[in-house]
Amino acid sequence: MSVITLTLNGQEVSAPAGATLLEACRQNGVDLPTLCHLEGLTPVGACRLCLVKVEGQRRLVPACTTEAQDGMKVETHTEQLMEYRKMILELLLSERNHICSVCVANGCCELRSRCAELGVDHTRFEYRCPTDLPSIDLTHERNGLDHNRCISCTRCIRACDQIEGAHTLDMEGRGAANRIIVDMHQNWGKSSTCTKCGKCVNVCPTGTLFWRGSTVAEMQKDVGFVHWIKEGREKKQWSVI
Amino acid sequence: MANKVRLATVWLGGCSGCHMSFLDLDEKLIDLADKIELVYSPIADVKEYPHDVDVVLIEGALCNTENLELLMQIRERTRILVSFGDCAVTGNTPQLRNKLNIDDVLTKVYQAGPGSIPKGPEAVDILPVLLPKVYPLHAAVPIDVYLPGCPPDPDRIYTAIAALLAGEKPQLPAEAITFG
Repeated sequence: MSVITLTLNGQEVSAPAGATLLEACRQNGVDLPTLCHLEGLTPVGACRLCLVKVEGQRRLVPACTTEAQDGMKVETHTEQLMEYRKMILELLLSERNHICSVCVANGCCELRSRCAELGVDHTRFEYRCPTDLPSIDLTHERNGLDHNRCISCTRCIRACDQIEGAHTLDMEGRGAANRIIVDMHQNWGKSSTCTKCGKCVNVCPTGTLFWRGSTVAEMQKDVGFVHWIKEGREKKQWSVI
Repeated sequence: MANKVRLATVWLGGCSGCHMSFLDLDEKLIDLADKIELVYSPIADVKEYPHDVDVVLIEGALCNTENLELLMQIRERTRILVSFGDCAVTGNTPQLRNKLNIDDVLTKVYQAGPGSIPKGPEAVDILPVLLPKVYPLHAAVPIDVYLPGCPPDPDRIYTAIAALLAGEKPQLPAEAITFG
């Protein structure tokens, strides 16, 4: 395996060729905040929390979808980047209806954790309190879908497609009008493709997807299985051929 | 009394849970009593919000015109405003009504429900009018310190108050600024 050398915050470090900037950062002890990223799923750069500054590039780039290059000079925690990260979280808080005190995911919510870690103790933006969100889908026998809490990270869609292979979930619309949909836009309970595996619920970073019957702060989620399945497949652990 | 910090606590549109959590400081309240003068609070019989207040903890969201008028008065008469708890910081559960039309809400609760209809016009004159939407405090006035939590737990409250009494801005760790 060939190795490249790059500079992270003034320090020369090495990373395997082909690694993303996020992988290079984490392998070298530089912690970048993420929400849409989940090891084992294809990175999409949706949440923009991992934006970094690469010398010579006019735009900031998401570390999760940018390949680390030999000789790159990267800044990860400048004042501007930290300010942008806080702003992203504040915008997420104001976009839909995140009311932590009555949320099933209170205590296991990654949005709430990222806010605390980055010092977001309020949002400076006016709450949109959208009224046009579809009502909560409780037609599935095991899972519920609450659009109020969705941050459009697409982790559920990717887990359903890439890990379970069902591709039951997808997204419609653009920008603030995007929505998670089931099959060709129908109630979850009517889906003929959903295997009821629950992977989408486990990978959801907020209270959007939840086990039916759970009430405030009762949800527990386990995302570790994604990495485990991905690694097992790569090693052909379960191959019968 | 001269060197004591003039502390006030205020209860706007909230459930008083933050005040309960404040009272849960238990024996630390005795330490606190030596250092502060409680000049206004739901647990003190003071009718008008006083002048020259050093620190105020404000619980609850802005729900009606009385909340708003009092908050304006507080800002004029107080050095440090603490947004105390999730309702003050985010609007929290009172804000759930923002998705609804306020006239529909009033009609549903007071006109369409079971039982006799409460007196209308007379009551409206003496009760503060609901704001069309519920707002966090910082939507109306500058806030100096945010203390989220539903409610903020007593340790969190004490850490913040201790810093303020020492004349410092509270620097709360990540686990002490979570919502909910």
